[in-house]
Amino acid sequence: MTLKTTLLGAVALAAIAPAAFAERGADGHVNIIYWQAPSILNPYLSGGTKDLESASMIIEPLGRYDETGALVPFLATEIPTIENGGVSEDLTSITWKLKPDLLWSDGTSVTANDVKFTAEYCMHPEGGCAQAAKFEGVSAVEVIDDLTVKVTFSESKPNPYGPFMGAQAPIIQAAQFADCLGAKAPECTEANFNPIGTGPFRVTEFRPNDVISLEANPNYRDPAKPAFATMTFKGGGDATAAGRAVLETGEFDYAWNLQLAPEVIEQMQAGGKGQTIAAFGSLVERIMVNMTDPSPSLPEGERATAKHPHPFLTDPAVRAALSMSIDRELLVEIGYGQAGRPTCNLVPAPALYASDNTDCLTHDIEGANAMLDEAGWTRGADGIREKDGVRLSVLFQTSTNAVRQDFQALIKQWWDEIGVETELRNVSASVFFGGDPGSPDTFQKFYADLEMYANNFDGTDPEAYLAAQTCDKAPRPETQWQGENITRFCDPTYDAMVAELGRTGELEKRGEIARKLNDMVTKESNVIIPLVDRGRVSAHSNTLGGVVLNTWDSELWNVADWYRTE
Amino acid sequence: MLTFTIRRLVLAVPTLLFIALVIFSLLQLAPGDPMAQVPLTVPPEVKERMREALGLGAPVHIQFFKWIVQFFWVEPQVLFDNIFGTSFSEGKLRVLSWQTRSPVMDIVVQRLPQTLWVVGMSYVLGVMIALPIGIYSAYRQYSAFDQIGTFVSMVGFSVPTFFTGVLLIVIFSVNLGWFPSIYDTTHKVTDWESFMFQLRQMIMPVAVLALYNAAQISRFMRASMLDNLNQDYVRTARAKGLGEKTVVLVHVLRNSMIPVVTVIALGVPQVFGGAIITEQVFKVNGLGQLLITSIEANDLPMVQTLTFIFALLIVVFNLIADVLYGILDLRIRYD
Repeated sequence: MTLKTTLLGAVALAAIAPAAFAERGADGHVNIIYWQAPSILNPYLSGGTKDLESASMIIEPLGRYDETGALVPFLATEIPTIENGGVSEDLTSITWKLKPDLLWSDGTSVTANDVKFTAEYCMHPEGGCAQAAKFEGVSAVEVIDDLTVKVTFSESKPNPYGPFMGAQAPIIQAAQFADCLGAKAPECTEANFNPIGTGPFRVTEFRPNDVISLEANPNYRDPAKPAFATMTFKGGGDATAAGRAVLETGEFDYAWNLQLAPEVIEQMQAGGKGQTIAAFGSLVERIMVNMTDPSPSLPEGERATAKHPHPFLTDPAVRAALSMSIDRELLVEIGYGQAGRPTCNLVPAPALYASDNTDCLTHDIEGANAMLDEAGWTRGADGIREKDGVRLSVLFQTSTNAVRQDFQALIKQWWDEIGVETELRNVSASVFFGGDPGSPDTFQKFYADLEMYANNFDGTDPEAYLAAQTCDKAPRPETQWQGENITRFCDPTYDAMVAELGRTGELEKRGEIARKLNDMVTKESNVIIPLVDRGRVSAHSNTLGGVVLNTWDSELWNVADWYRTE
Repeated sequence: MLTFTIRRLVLAVPTLLFIALVIFSLLQLAPGDPMAQVPLTVPPEVKERMREALGLGAPVHIQFFKWIVQFFWVEPQVLFDNIFGTSFSEGKLRVLSWQTRSPVMDIVVQRLPQTLWVVGMSYVLGVMIALPIGIYSAYRQYSAFDQIGTFVSMVGFSVPTFFTGVLLIVIFSVNLGWFPSIYDTTHKVTDWESFMFQLRQMIMPVAVLALYNAAQISRFMRASMLDNLNQDYVRTARAKGLGEKTVVLVHVLRNSMIPVVTVIALGVPQVFGGAIITEQVFKVNGLGQLLITSIEANDLPMVQTLTFIFALLIVVFNLIADVLYGILDLRIRYD
């Protein structure tokens, strides 16, 4: 009898075990470290990655991008497309359907009104919404019924997935933010620090620029998730310390974005407490070529504007030679290791938009020299090439950053070998990337011949990113030096194709146009010299399971699925 | 003494206003943009609207005047409300940080405990170590103890805290696993166990800073003792048959403490300033870390407020040092 009871008990236990495993909060506590500390949990008031990603565990959009860049529904029942009737044939409207019975973390129902309110919140003219670009072209957001909302655009929108899609545009609760519209937005400290959301976690305490304490959201739509009952999200310090805390001391379970030298990461991994994961997105480290003359002898207001074309960088042979002489493989090995790969594309991914352009991968000093010889640039007494009294002497600037300074030194050496004299300069990142029109050192003003930095695009559609290289987007005094066409490249054919891309809805055709646009600014003209396709390296402890690194959305996009192994 | 104190306090007002103006103008002139940390994927037109929402479009003198009113008029009301439960400050705009869009003073108050615990403790500890070492080193000048003391303080003085900090982390956190390398600011001391945890997480940052503070103060103490030990009154005291203990610890020490007390008092504002580097290394996230992250993010209201608070503390502790001077040395008269 006792044997039978024991056996029965064992069977019962075995049956219970997996069930217990899938219970909300069963795995206790999890620690995450971001070496940049979150300042605010409202993505609409801050564009910072640290803020977007920490908020992504609390508030969610209707749909997200997964690790392959595909669209997956989160709060919506499905992703609207033309095929399922969610997107109108003329591409001017998109209709989202919410999952039924969704609850906010305070227990109230999520309705289409909240979605409509979110759009109102961000589109308010006085709010200074950081994600306003996501809502560009939206003419109306209408509530059809409690669970259906229709977004209408003022003109046809081939990529209608701007509003409510991805970490940049989550749904906020209308009731909580009702009094926070427009100029009042910053005054709602309580709402900005403790947003009520639908995500797997909710805030128990938020300390700006320091730490967030979270607990499992009792009203999360999947009753078995999240596996962790509580979470500490620590911010601050530096990437080295964050890597150390996960890989060497094991104090933390997850560390974000370890921008470290490859050998440092390798050494840390020898600690044996965790492992690194890498994934690639659209971030490309590149050299921008100034098509205008940045000479200090020109009067202020005309310097580095279309009025004065560059004396020698307008020669396609010079630009091609500069690109050919760079050994991208070596740059990757020295600067990024596992987190980088050489590229010749401005748009390296997703596959549909990535051109098969690989010519630049061959490091060819001889070829570059031959090309310059042919173009009539002859070496002077000091080895520097010149033609008609113009010397190939360039000022090459970038932001202050150990890897970038290594790159500068290497590239200077290669350019020396082809007879181009290079002066290096680095500017503090907060000045370089700041848009202060009064400062001569911003990357937009571009008071140098060449400059290096990295950029990417949100989501998976490169239309806006490619459209940034059109003539009218060039920074100039009339626009207070704001603008995204940093090189001041101007080609009417390019502009016409960008306009065509804006009218084309069919994916295959869009891919074709985007690849062509990419080639026009890279291999055909070398106005943009891509160097490295930069991935993201993060680390998680050996006891943390379920991590899927995603560069298309928030890294913490699937935090609900994380669990403790062992 | 009272009139002196009052006169100094009154004089402090224009000084502080001038300091506020200087800080404000310097920050205005410094290059940088609060939007620098916003990703490049956000278009420039959107950034421009965000700048306007921060109040950056307003003329400079209006921005300054607004800050003065918010800091000297609204913030004291908030403090008063918090203490007495009144509601004078209701609906008035406080000094808001550009990074967090929340009141600057709330964050400062939130950061004070960890800074006072770690940096304050290291200062107290540093002083407690430094004084006996300084006294004994001077009394036995050029002895083995003095030589070792000199060596240790030279090391403490010259080795930067970002080196000693990381060294301690590598030894005690990574290799031995004794202490956490990341400070938990949310930790609350409720019982013996949590107290022990607090102790363990404080040991390394406190040790690093205490070494630095002790090195500095022990040198002052030693020099000041040496000055006095050779004075005539010491010979007189010995000649009249007083014991060595009385001579050194009563006569010499009291006179030697005068300059040292000033140095210690003037060092206190630095405690509130936090320890930028050590706080970063151990992720203490106190006032020092707050200042440096605000500078990086070009969060001008935060930087302005913090630097002004430091200036205020320096002015106040200067006054305290002067008053202490008069109390310790009765020969000094200010009136």
